[in-house]
Amino acid sequence: MHEKTIAELSLGLKNKAFSSQELTQAFLARIQTLDPELNAFITVTEDMALASAKAADALLAKGEAGPLTGIPIAQKDIFCTKGVRSSCGSKMLDNFISPYDATVVERFNHAGAVMLGKLNMDEFAMGSSNETSFYGPVKNPWDTGTVPGGSSGGSAAAVAARLTPGATGTDTGGSIRQPAAFCGITGLKPTYGLVSRWGMIAFASSLDQAGPMARTAEDCAMMLQAMAGFDPKDSTCVDQPVPDYSATLGQPLDGLRIGLPKEFFGEGLDPEIARLIQAAVDEYRKLGATVKDISLPNMHLSGPAYYVVAPAECSSNLARLDGVRYGYRCAEPKDLKDLYMRSRGEGFGAEVKRRILIGTYALSAGYYDAYYLKAQKIRRLISEDFKRAYEEVDVIMGPTSPSAAFRFGEKSADPIAMYLSDIYTIAVNLAGLPGMSIPVGFSGKLPVGMQIIGNYFSEAQLLNLAHRYQQVTDWHRRSPSL
Amino acid sequence: MQWETVIGLEIHAQLATKSKIFSGAATAYGAEPNTQACAIDLGLPGVLPVLNQEAVRMAVKFGLAIGATVTPRSVFARKNYFYPDLPKGYQISQYDLPVVGNGQTTIAVDGEEKVIGITRAHLEEDAGKSLHEDFHGFSGIDLNRAGTPLLEIVSEPDMRSAKEAVGYMKKLHALVRYLEICDGNMQEGSFRCDANVSIRPKGQEKFGTRAEIKNLNSFRFVEKAINFEVERQIEILESGGQVIQETRLYDSVKDETRSMRSKEEANDYRYFPDPDLLPLEITPDFIETVRAGLPELPDAKRDRFKAAYGLNAYDAEVLTATRELAAYFEAVVHAAGSDAKLCANWVMGDLAAALNKAGLEIEQSPVQPDRLAGLVQRIADDTISGKIAKQVFEALWESDETADAIIEKQGLKQITDTGAIEAIIDEIIAANPDQVAGYKSGKDKLFGFFVGQAMKATGGKANPAQLNDLLKKKLQ
Repeated sequence: MHEKTIAELSLGLKNKAFSSQELTQAFLARIQTLDPELNAFITVTEDMALASAKAADALLAKGEAGPLTGIPIAQKDIFCTKGVRSSCGSKMLDNFISPYDATVVERFNHAGAVMLGKLNMDEFAMGSSNETSFYGPVKNPWDTGTVPGGSSGGSAAAVAARLTPGATGTDTGGSIRQPAAFCGITGLKPTYGLVSRWGMIAFASSLDQAGPMARTAEDCAMMLQAMAGFDPKDSTCVDQPVPDYSATLGQPLDGLRIGLPKEFFGEGLDPEIARLIQAAVDEYRKLGATVKDISLPNMHLSGPAYYVVAPAECSSNLARLDGVRYGYRCAEPKDLKDLYMRSRGEGFGAEVKRRILIGTYALSAGYYDAYYLKAQKIRRLISEDFKRAYEEVDVIMGPTSPSAAFRFGEKSADPIAMYLSDIYTIAVNLAGLPGMSIPVGFSGKLPVGMQIIGNYFSEAQLLNLAHRYQQVTDWHRRSPSL
Repeated sequence: MQWETVIGLEIHAQLATKSKIFSGAATAYGAEPNTQACAIDLGLPGVLPVLNQEAVRMAVKFGLAIGATVTPRSVFARKNYFYPDLPKGYQISQYDLPVVGNGQTTIAVDGEEKVIGITRAHLEEDAGKSLHEDFHGFSGIDLNRAGTPLLEIVSEPDMRSAKEAVGYMKKLHALVRYLEICDGNMQEGSFRCDANVSIRPKGQEKFGTRAEIKNLNSFRFVEKAINFEVERQIEILESGGQVIQETRLYDSVKDETRSMRSKEEANDYRYFPDPDLLPLEITPDFIETVRAGLPELPDAKRDRFKAAYGLNAYDAEVLTATRELAAYFEAVVHAAGSDAKLCANWVMGDLAAALNKAGLEIEQSPVQPDRLAGLVQRIADDTISGKIAKQVFEALWESDETADAIIEKQGLKQITDTGAIEAIIDEIIAANPDQVAGYKSGKDKLFGFFVGQAMKATGGKANPAQLNDLLKKKLQ
């Protein structure tokens, strides 16, 4: 059962081939067996899952089920879930039980999905390897000596290991796409503003966006359908109708114009990955697409801009974690300053502290113009690069990450090397565009992902593109031997 | 050395919205601690602010009332600092692009008019309250106030005395209440200010170093704090010292200002645009809708009162101090049909005194405008004298009856019949030959005795002017 996609499971539930309770139990059992090694889950919500599955079965019996009714999914621990620990991968929130549901969580609940539990992640989504989690690193199911990517590493590993058919992720600089690539699954970061951020613990508010992670584009379409749409509780959420993402899957690609930015194929890219991307692009040629070399001339500035904007926002977003109202508080503070300093000093990990320091510095009087304001200008330049590109092409393709999954400890001592892992993904967040990663082959035994970047609100097109590729390839069907 | 004082005020007016500026929690004052704070006000992980449109409407209303520019695209910024009653670790405010910019208002001090520039007014959220008493070594935090909408109104450094500062503050206090955007309750902190005070040698253009006095919540404190601060700065400079830029607190018990923190200790607030909120766009249509709904403003009303009712500047100023008082006065005039000056005297005189004594606001007056008008009419048409009128007014205050009914019932109608008054005078003259002789021998003061006797005999109802004339004639 665990090898089936969400679409297949949905059909099975409708045809009464199995019940949601059987399905849920099967995945819970798999989690129990495999997760002690993989460490993809921070919290497994077994009782809640079984209760939701029972309710889903009642709806299925009455014929009142929707496409996700009874489908098990898991939530990245960045989403607040009512009555359940919502830790964000941090010691700081290890004791935080949210009194409310994130909109994304609420929408999955409303759609009848069954939450299996909360997934491991880099602390406050800051990291590209899952090594910064307070709960220990997640292991890549394809090679447990390598990282699953980050920050949605728990989500990617859980889907790849078939511990859940689908998971939510969030992506601030590549946190859905890079782990999806490392774990050989399909992940979509939607256009900024498509999915509500309410209840999603903020890292960098102007970049954060939630999206689906699953085995196939078809499954991502089903999940996105539930997640997307206006939410009056998020002022940055766009009020516009949501298309039927599943309905447009399978449309022909004749005349599709693909752009390959030369900046994505330069120095630093593993040649094996370059080869696999070219092979995938060839598949698209066969499907009727034309390919054009393009340039995104300001791409080299995206890293510097990102590492000012994201830390600046996080330094402010994480200020509320002060030990006063909730979360970690140091033992026996001697005064207010001591309470602040020790609660934050003991509650946050090194990477989070590094980014808070960088961000605080960048926003300080006398530095603001040189860093934050300049970074905002670069953001505009990068958006304009993409805008110009989309006058010539419909989508942009390239590698998701310069390498396949790396080994634990390989980059954790060198922040810059770690940051380069997201070099192809962060520009997409800076511009607010949608981007996907789909599996396009293997480098040795490790999966490789290709990134597809679309224009604003082109999720339906991206999902269709990915789906067409997955109809003629089977990389997404491969599973790791565990 | 002659010193000149320079003052600028930052006024915080709590906007009278029902819910908070970025959440749906209620703003009512005085609830049990932390019962009016929702997840957003508590700054829980994952919550997001959504701007209250009513707060925007109120800010625009204020902007239009001071002839200011309403910024078509203003920006909310985060002001970052740590404090236990600031749940998010930042306050959402506006920084370089405020919603209202560049307006002005005219104040009158000692009969002189003066224009005070208003640099800007911006929207922001209030913090919670720290309670340092009753917790035995701990501090309590009440977040009911966290997220309450404030309009911070920043003046130019245009005021030159504590009196002008108070005049300006009173002016804005009246204005925000006219606009119904703030209840103006200073005791509850709905209307408070920080005063920037500096001095410079008279004639010097360059400003002196200023001190900022925080959180003044009464007109009296503003005046006293500024006066103390000016004296303090003069003493420092005259003894060869230098004023340091710092934040000071006013202690109303000791009537002095004390240093809170110096410029060096001041926070670097690391302002940046709040990524959770879109820029605030205000369309010309919206501005026009708000403009159409503006009430008559205090200055316009004052000028109209002068022109339409022939009131002097002082009366017009007093009667337009609040919208309620002006409405009351106009209702009296309309009901009385004439004699606006007499109406004004009664509203500002006996009625105001009685209300003050009873601790009532004008809208709570037990004497309604039409009943006061009834009294004014009877004074105007000589049915009763001014003195009797006071008696009638007391009865109006105590009962629900009309002035006419009271005059009728108590037989207070003025005696204006010459014959009747003459008859009474004749009796008094006949009964008091000694006094008559005395008066005629030059004791002018005795005239009052005869008036008193006549009034006594008529129960005070004799028309005083007629009585005087007739007495004089008879005693010649």
